[in-house]
Amino acid sequence: MQHHLILRVVTKLLCGAIILYAFYVQFHGDYSPGGGFQAGVIMAVAFIAYGVVFGLDAVQKVLPAWVVHKLAALGVLVYSMTGVVSLFLGYAFLDYGAFSPHHPSHGQHWGILAVELGVGITVTGVMVTIYYAFASRIPRITDEEW
Amino acid sequence: MATETSHHVAMTLHDHLPMLQVLIPFIASPLIVLMGARGGLSWLIAFVASLASFIVSIVLLMEVIDGGFISYAIGGWAPPLGIEYRVDAANAFMLFLISGISTIVLPFAYESVKAEISAKHHTLFYSCYLLCFTGLLGVVITGDAFNVFVFLEISSLSTYALIATGAERDKRALTAAYDYLVMGTIGATFFVIGIGFLYMATGTLNMADLAERIADQENNRTIKAAFAFILVGMGLKVAIYPLHLWLPNSYTYAPSAITAFLAATATKAAIYVILRFTFSVFQPSFQFEVYALEFIILPLAVLAMFAASFIAVFQSDLKRMLAYSSIAQIGYMLLGIALLNSTGLTGSIVHLFNHGITKAVLFMGVGALVLRSGSSFYSRIRGMGRVMPITGAAMVVGGLSLIGVPGTAGFISKWELVQATLERGWWPLAFLIAASSLLAVIYVWRFVEVLYLHEPAYGADHREAPLTMLVPIWIMALACIYFGFATEITLGAARTAADGLLAGTTGMLESVTSTEAGH
Amino acid sequence: MTFEFIVGHINYWLFIVLMMTGLYIVVSKGNLVKKIVGLNIFQTSVFMFYISVGKITGGTAPIFPLDMNVDPDVVYSNPLPHVLILTAIVVGVATTALGLALIVRIREEYGTIEEDDILDIERKVASDENRLHGEAMGGRA
Repeated sequence: MQHHLILRVVTKLLCGAIILYAFYVQFHGDYSPGGGFQAGVIMAVAFIAYGVVFGLDAVQKVLPAWVVHKLAALGVLVYSMTGVVSLFLGYAFLDYGAFSPHHPSHGQHWGILAVELGVGITVTGVMVTIYYAFASRIPRITDEEW
Repeated sequence: MATETSHHVAMTLHDHLPMLQVLIPFIASPLIVLMGARGGLSWLIAFVASLASFIVSIVLLMEVIDGGFISYAIGGWAPPLGIEYRVDAANAFMLFLISGISTIVLPFAYESVKAEISAKHHTLFYSCYLLCFTGLLGVVITGDAFNVFVFLEISSLSTYALIATGAERDKRALTAAYDYLVMGTIGATFFVIGIGFLYMATGTLNMADLAERIADQENNRTIKAAFAFILVGMGLKVAIYPLHLWLPNSYTYAPSAITAFLAATATKAAIYVILRFTFSVFQPSFQFEVYALEFIILPLAVLAMFAASFIAVFQSDLKRMLAYSSIAQIGYMLLGIALLNSTGLTGSIVHLFNHGITKAVLFMGVGALVLRSGSSFYSRIRGMGRVMPITGAAMVVGGLSLIGVPGTAGFISKWELVQATLERGWWPLAFLIAASSLLAVIYVWRFVEVLYLHEPAYGADHREAPLTMLVPIWIMALACIYFGFATEITLGAARTAADGLLAGTTGMLESVTSTEAGH
Repeated sequence: MTFEFIVGHINYWLFIVLMMTGLYIVVSKGNLVKKIVGLNIFQTSVFMFYISVGKITGGTAPIFPLDMNVDPDVVYSNPLPHVLILTAIVVGVATTALGLALIVRIREEYGTIEEDDILDIERKVASDENRLHGEAMGGRA
């Protein structure tokens, strides 16, 4: 991809915008359509696009494979720990009322934000992991197969 | 409800037990990955999580053994609308089996996994194992029909990955995992279609609520279609005889510890789902179900008992032989369900438990043999019973329990099944059960003969298995004998469970230990 | 079966067509990747089925007004099937990723992703084993 100047410039420009949009979808998810799943995929798209255009090594400098694995696990923990906190506060698992006992609907907001953050982190991690897993395999294609 | 807080009474640890049952392994799984725990530590986390889960399951079983049930509303949303975990005698018994097997298989897995899987994969292996464990517990504990599917897929997806880790020893593990993936996904998707039809017809997903609404509209064709889809979908997961094609290869090429765990729990959890749907969600008074069980499941169960046992006799690989024997034993459990009476159901549930511990002994024994001889082919494990007398003796106990010799656990459940057939007056079936047990005698004798009546093969490692393997194997072997005499625990729990299941919805409505107290 | 009945249930007809197409691809194609594609079509048919069940004629998006003054005349579509299917879609993605990952590994080990060739290789391995360890019966190879 060394010669595709337009692609390279456009990708660099887009990556930032895509990540920003991912954050918008992530944190505005409780008011408008969106949320962790969508935001996670959009976020992953930024890194995958970068990897497709600049190569796997370049993107792994920004986001090494081991970090992505940890991200995938971290998100699940953020999700389940939200539930555990409500558990310790004496409420049912994932009962968001626990976060603001006197104003449950505020608790709902806090809870959903934390949970969706966990989902977003995991989905980003998993999607990028899938891309890394497939892209890092060097296919042994013989001349006849072309 | 979550929106009222005026008089919230704080829930105690005791109220949270149904949630903790699933939550502990679920949290431990990402924790292993996040810590990047190497071999020993990741094993330790997995073991502690499994042990904690086991203790929780014992407490739960003690609580519901008298026939009550515990309901836990996730997120504080009351049951018909929110997702509910519901523990009664039937699933507390299953939780006890699954978490118990996992806790005993894990110490065995330590050495076995070290020998069969390269060290860099251990972290993800144990993480995957815990996910699979979580999924199985979740399938059993949940009272929400769609939640069953979600947990089923959590356990299935991690199972496919776990089976594929066997590829380091034999590349056919990959195709076995692929086959299982395709068939398992078709099965799970059929199950979802069934749930979709149920939702169309009733507008609810809560099992207790479903049961009530289905009772009102028995001749609804949508509900009949739903039943058919659910039965076939779960049938694929259970490996009912003609739908068993994924099972032999998966069990043969998976790592030994995984085979021991899956054989003892995965198909059992699927059978539990069939039990739950045929008796709690759909009622036995639903005529369509009676036809399906008597004219389809019953003949297939008998066919499985004979055909799979017959194939098992001719195997030359011990692991594959035991896999076919599992298919045959699944036939017995389905037979108990298809008999549609209390004794049959009790027999079926007890057999589920007894076969679980029996197969755990045998597959763990095979794992120990593989560790020392490098392969589970008869020609390679020849004479290993003399070299490894302690492992060999445990495997003989397991073999006797598989046949159903009096004094072992296997006898109790087969006896119960025979009684159930006689209660229905179907005495030819009693003969068939005895006759297929004779086939079990042949294949068990074959491996006993291989283990003891030959000179040890040249070149094998002539040492007894390590202590971390022997202890779990013998705990299970002693359990096989113990539950052959102390029947009141298994039979008692299974009777309560069977009566609870047959009683249908009537007992399901008022809660004994309501955990939404104060909401 | 009137014409109205057939047209009125168009979503179910399409569901059946998609489902059968998917299943047929899974069964008939020898290429492992094509099988996964078939599996995807099969799963997608179920997504479509669920979502069409949630649609209520004349129903609008199920978002209550902020002040919670719900007008009883407004019909809302049922949002629950959509939520369920969101979960099922995620499961589908995971299944596809895992299936493809297995195919990558299968290709590395077997050098092919055609089922017939793989079966040939496995049969050969099995017959070698049989010669070594005595005849086996049953199983795939």
